[in-house]
Amino acid sequence: MQKHISHQTLTLYLSGDLDMSNAEELRSLIDRDIDRKRIRHVILDLSAVTFIDSSALGVILGRYKKLLALDGKIQIANAPSHIYRILSVSGLPRIIEFISDGSDGKEIS
Amino acid sequence: MKTNHLSLTFSSKPENVLVARMLASSVGAQLDLPMNDLEELKVAISEAVSNAIIHAYSNTPDHTVAMDIHILNDVISVRVSDTGCGIEDIPQAMQASFSTDPERMGLGFVFMKSFMDTLDVTSEPGKGTTVLMTKNFQSNPRTSH
Repeated sequence: MQKHISHQTLTLYLSGDLDMSNAEELRSLIDRDIDRKRIRHVILDLSAVTFIDSSALGVILGRYKKLLALDGKIQIANAPSHIYRILSVSGLPRIIEFISDGSDGKEIS
Repeated sequence: MKTNHLSLTFSSKPENVLVARMLASSVGAQLDLPMNDLEELKVAISEAVSNAIIHAYSNTPDHTVAMDIHILNDVISVRVSDTGCGIEDIPQAMQASFSTDPERMGLGFVFMKSFMDTLDVTSEPGKGTTVLMTKNFQSNPRTSH
């Protein structure tokens, strides 16, 4: 997992399967930077993610709520189509902004 | 007639959720399922197994989860059983609640219901829970390879 921090923005480049085996690690990693480095904008780049289930979804929604309370925001970048389909069932795209930098062939939003 | 049956028992360890999904992937490959169908099957199985580990066994690794997959033509049945704490109120457990802790808001059952045709949960407090899910893959248009 690679990360990049700039101007209170944390970008996490996630890869592989996101499930209960690594959800807790993801949660504490993001929370640590929110709490200690005053990160208020989190971008989760999912371009290399191969699988996602409700364990990871719960972490994303939890960080959404936490950042909202701090006047911050979370965005999801470059979600592959099969990952987006799973996330859309939960209604996530209605509350969290999905963005693309064009690397996945989609238009920049 | 196409039939097959696979059984897997494993320790209630988080890393074994991946093993359960790998079995689902192999079964899906045998049936030549389109990628989207296979992804949905993997999510449903991942949710059922995660529930057993997290909720039934409270994340303790020294218990056993059993998974059976039956294939009859285009219908896949998946049974995931545990002998954990059981569920007191099944309808309530299956209700997604966005107002509670998002890390535990019951989305697992929402995914299972969304991605499978049928979902049946039987449970006895103190004895364990069995989740039975079925899906007929022939009824879905196979357009997305």
